[in-house]
Amino acid sequence: MKSGKFWAWVVFGIGTAYFFIPLLATFEFSLRMRRGVHSFDAYQVVLGDPRFQATFLYSVVAAIFTIILGVLVVVPAAYWIRLRLPQIRPVVEFITLLPLVIPAIVIVFGYIRMYGSNSPLPFLSSDLGASALLVIGYATLALPYMYRAVDTGLRTIDVRTLTEAAQILGAGWSTIIVRVILPNVLIAVLSGAFLTFAIVIGEFTMASLLNRPAFGPYLQNIGANRAYEPAALAIIAFAITWGCMSLIQILSRFAPKSANRPN
Amino acid sequence: MTDLSLSNQSVATKPAPPTEATAFRLPTQWFGVAPFFVFTLMFLIMPTLYLVIGAFQTGEGGFTLDNVLQLVSDPSISNSYWVSIKISFWSAIVGAFAGLAIAIAIVRGGLPGWVRSATLTFSGVASNFAGLPLAFAFIATLGRVGIVTVLLRDIFNLNIYALGFNFLTTWGLIVVYLFFQIPLMVVIIVPAIDGLKKEWNEAAATLGATQWQYWRMVVIPVLFPSFLGTVILLFANAFGAIATAYAFAGPQLNIVPIKLYSQINGDVLHNPQLGYAIAFGMIVITGLANVFYIWFRTRSERWLK
Repeated sequence: MKSGKFWAWVVFGIGTAYFFIPLLATFEFSLRMRRGVHSFDAYQVVLGDPRFQATFLYSVVAAIFTIILGVLVVVPAAYWIRLRLPQIRPVVEFITLLPLVIPAIVIVFGYIRMYGSNSPLPFLSSDLGASALLVIGYATLALPYMYRAVDTGLRTIDVRTLTEAAQILGAGWSTIIVRVILPNVLIAVLSGAFLTFAIVIGEFTMASLLNRPAFGPYLQNIGANRAYEPAALAIIAFAITWGCMSLIQILSRFAPKSANRPN
Repeated sequence: MTDLSLSNQSVATKPAPPTEATAFRLPTQWFGVAPFFVFTLMFLIMPTLYLVIGAFQTGEGGFTLDNVLQLVSDPSISNSYWVSIKISFWSAIVGAFAGLAIAIAIVRGGLPGWVRSATLTFSGVASNFAGLPLAFAFIATLGRVGIVTVLLRDIFNLNIYALGFNFLTTWGLIVVYLFFQIPLMVVIIVPAIDGLKKEWNEAAATLGATQWQYWRMVVIPVLFPSFLGTVILLFANAFGAIATAYAFAGPQLNIVPIKLYSQINGDVLHNPQLGYAIAFGMIVITGLANVFYIWFRTRSERWLK
């Protein structure tokens, strides 16, 4: 038993070294912009760059729209499957897994060919359309995570009883979903939302191929042309990812624990 | 409260009673799932099918196998597939075993509780820390003027670049990909290890099994499907990754996603239909991998209820 504990510490130590050395080194590197002393110059340069502000804002807005679109697509479907159509659950679960099978670059390639400017649905003929297509693409990428989060949330509430109670009180479908179901799965939806945010914010492939002024292509551009700023950006990106994951963890403490497991 | 849920369960098990059918009159059965199916059909399934069909068409629309055959016959394309498969395979295998070792260490190693929760939190973050920022972090660490490169050179007189290290080699990329592969393995496999019930160990011990027999005949068979399933997920994860590699070398690196990226941007292969075939090949490879994944997953979930 004692040797088991020893080896556990060894494994943990090696793992810690592999994961923390690059992070510490990146941080140290990001402080070296001014010759001879440690300074936050690289961060100042990055945060003061108007292109940083513009592209970051663009990606934040895209992420928010992605989350809204994802909720609109996923919540009614997950709810309806629990309530009325449990038999099609395997089909829907299979579809939600597809974005893990089909690489993002393939999906966006399909968009470019299907929704080009001389197609029946010419998303790519205008800037707004292309941005909409980017949001749609992001919602597709986030689909597996969003669906799982919402479905887990729905599992902890009694969908059928809540729906029937609301109907007895005279609620219509939109009222039921917006005022009964959504508040009950809000924490699950928010977890999915923060994960979506973390995935979308620095996404490169789709934004670059759709030629959008997003944060990912900006990162690529800085990475190819600068020395210290990329390290600062890596630390900022890590902090954003960390923030999203922490929020998910904090939220999970508020999630209802009393699962009644209807299935 | 108990009364309510009891009556609910009895309703749930019966086929829908007629009163209920009249209560929901207006919406058809598919009312709630329609947006989902319209969305996924338009923006996931049809674009993919469009490429798959295009892979078997000539520029004029006739049927042909030339595009797909060219994936094999063109050495630069088949080579890029080969490099991609090698990187994905080895980063999945190494990542899976390293992740499993860490998971076993934090769950079964008798380490203090904070180690487990800190590792899981960190794994959640690191498994999502990919793409360009990951590449930047490794350039700052092991790049030509990276901190660790310089430290090794100045203190240990060890020039890793003279020893053949380079991010653009297969192993260079694998070292970087492990940064998100290992944590992903930890995140997925820890619940599976938690699912090993204490009673199984006790039952095995009662029946006279040694610790080694318990591992060989209980733990490994129970964990194997979810382990193998996760290996496949890691494979697909690395296979589609493009941004990290792109940050190291731009369009020069010869892996499939970058090849496809250049082809989409500028038809570098001078045959638009060939782009479809490359995409089709990628779907076939990750698709095959995921068919296995789903199969193993359903097999392993039986044990983890």
